[in-house]
Amino acid sequence: MEQKLQKQPKIFSKVPPEEYFVSGHRGCVGCGEALAVRLVCKALGPNVIIANATGCMEVVSSQLPNTAWGVPWIHTLFENTAAVASGIECGLKVLRKKGRYSNENTIVAAMAGDGGTADIGMQALSGALERGHRFVYICFDNEAYMNTGIQRSSTTPFGASTTTSPAGKKSIGQLTWKKDLPSIAIAHNIPYVATASPSYPFDLINKVKKATTMKGPSYLHVFSVCPTGWRSAPELAIELGRLAVKTGIFPLYEVENGVYKINHEPSKLDPVKDYLKLQGRFRHLSDDTIKEIEKRVNSNFIELKRKMMCDDMRVV
Amino acid sequence: MAQKIGMEVSIALGEAAKLANTDVIAAYPITPQTHIVEHIADMVANGEMDAEFITVESEHSAMSACLGSAAVGARTFTATAGQGLELMHEVLYVASALRFPIVMTVANRALSGPLNIWGDHSDVMATRDCGWIQFFVENGQEAFDLTLCAFRIAEDPTVMLPTMLSLDGFHLTHVVEPITLIEKSDVDKFIPPLKHPFALRPDKPVTMGAFAPPFIYTETKKIADEALRSSKKVIVSVWDEFGKRFGRHYNPVETYRTEDAKTLLLTMGSYSETAMVAIDNMRTKGEKVGLIHLRLWRPFPFAELKQTTENADNLFVLDRCISLGGPGGPVCSEIKAAFYDSQKKPSIIGFIGGLGGRDMTPGDFEYMTKRGKEIIQHGTKNEVEMIGVKE
Repeated sequence: MEQKLQKQPKIFSKVPPEEYFVSGHRGCVGCGEALAVRLVCKALGPNVIIANATGCMEVVSSQLPNTAWGVPWIHTLFENTAAVASGIECGLKVLRKKGRYSNENTIVAAMAGDGGTADIGMQALSGALERGHRFVYICFDNEAYMNTGIQRSSTTPFGASTTTSPAGKKSIGQLTWKKDLPSIAIAHNIPYVATASPSYPFDLINKVKKATTMKGPSYLHVFSVCPTGWRSAPELAIELGRLAVKTGIFPLYEVENGVYKINHEPSKLDPVKDYLKLQGRFRHLSDDTIKEIEKRVNSNFIELKRKMMCDDMRVV
Repeated sequence: MAQKIGMEVSIALGEAAKLANTDVIAAYPITPQTHIVEHIADMVANGEMDAEFITVESEHSAMSACLGSAAVGARTFTATAGQGLELMHEVLYVASALRFPIVMTVANRALSGPLNIWGDHSDVMATRDCGWIQFFVENGQEAFDLTLCAFRIAEDPTVMLPTMLSLDGFHLTHVVEPITLIEKSDVDKFIPPLKHPFALRPDKPVTMGAFAPPFIYTETKKIADEALRSSKKVIVSVWDEFGKRFGRHYNPVETYRTEDAKTLLLTMGSYSETAMVAIDNMRTKGEKVGLIHLRLWRPFPFAELKQTTENADNLFVLDRCISLGGPGGPVCSEIKAAFYDSQKKPSIIGFIGGLGGRDMTPGDFEYMTKRGKEIIQHGTKNEVEMIGVKE
């Protein structure tokens, strides 16, 4: 199996001390996404150019005349971040070829939220993945349009109450199941797709590092707890990220050149209720609905394990 | 100097992009622009052009990829038309706000619905206020020449603005015209290498595209407006220099037989040449008519326009676009506004014609002249006058 995989980068067991996304930004207290961005930036290091979609991270970090970014960074619009990154990558490539840019290892990274990735930015993302640009796309998924006031997106989980999928007498909130973005990325046959969470910082950092070594596009889907939108206690942001993994709601896995690997496999999944009960957005759910969610989560996890086992058998 | 050769205008535009040492092209197929980027793709594939061609999945992504490549300091070109320009719409404003010297040719096309791939100016008129420098060209030679000038103007350190060159879809893009190309070495002398003062570089990090709350947004627009207005002197000086180097002269506003003309027609784009034929016909009948051809659309050449109409009584403006439910055509509205404060001004009548590829013949321009005089005599000015409409 090892021969199939690319050479593994150095495994980080310490968080790099340098800061590239610095304090002073306007993120909410307990923002899981700001922590995730900070860790991702530490992993990317200084030799990077970042294209950032419109959304929470852009708004909290860039109000004129201030910036929280210690690396070259550009924000243009909401839905076009993968396309902007395509232009950056090709621009650097041609400048290198013509001897006008000598830095060989500059990483091109794109960052967007779940709305900017799964909904309005889906087309630009798909185009960029298909064209094979060498860049790292990172989706910070806080499961709704938080910047505009907690409206549902296609990654909002089933049963979550948002301002456009409110729970009411005739609705349990979001009536659709979360769009599976990593699988959509995998379908583009790109070298590397992974899920990660700032609640597992070393796993996150190492996945970012690995993504930067790929010769083509890589896609990271990063779980980003939003205390404001999820109506959870700010001090529980890390705990919720861990519970999401332990319950199987957000499994940590990676797909390298088509080969699945689950990075954190609980021997037994915790009840989803442990995760749901800490969040106001799920407060209205009945035990029956929670059971339905649990059934779906378990079935998804079994499917993921099946994919991994199939790969193991294939490699053997 | 190279020989004059028969060439499709779209091919000449591709050649201009190659001669200008374009680094990155990001484009999406749309008629009638496709021949431009197909030719560029061919030249890249054959190694004749050292550039990256990004085959994006939409025009929105085309202009977005252009933002990315311009942000790292690569010379960037794209082309589009009609619906494609509309899909780019919001991205156009970002290109100008970030002062990216992107050059784009627009093969002017009507807008859906109903679907129509043929030429008119509805597409570009909808982008009037996007902060780009905008020209309209009259023929293939001008399209080639002004594409080269567009790079030089856009990248001037005192300008740094995206530049859009409009040419009529099919009537210009798909015709074979005698065109004189320019030697590569001469183009290299005319267009120096691009030096972006704030390109994205890891060794000198900058933040681009920070958001602006009410306390500072107005100031950003003031700066953008001043930048676009003051680009006019660079545009004029680059066109002058081009004329001195290559013998073909261009001005923001051109005139034809206007010296003693009491009635002036005003056109933009390729219909100017058709209108000239009409002017000649009417002159032989003894009518004192002339033509104004508006080449520079943004920044709007207020002073130059007024100079050309000093002795005229009538000014009849042709729009290839209609502002539905509004004051007629957008060009005529602007011309009227430009003269509003003038002590002496001609009577201005707007006409709409040539929509969606409908031909305007010399006879149509003669009709326009006759009808304009009639309207002035009878004082029925308010209706929208459409030429050649089947009632």
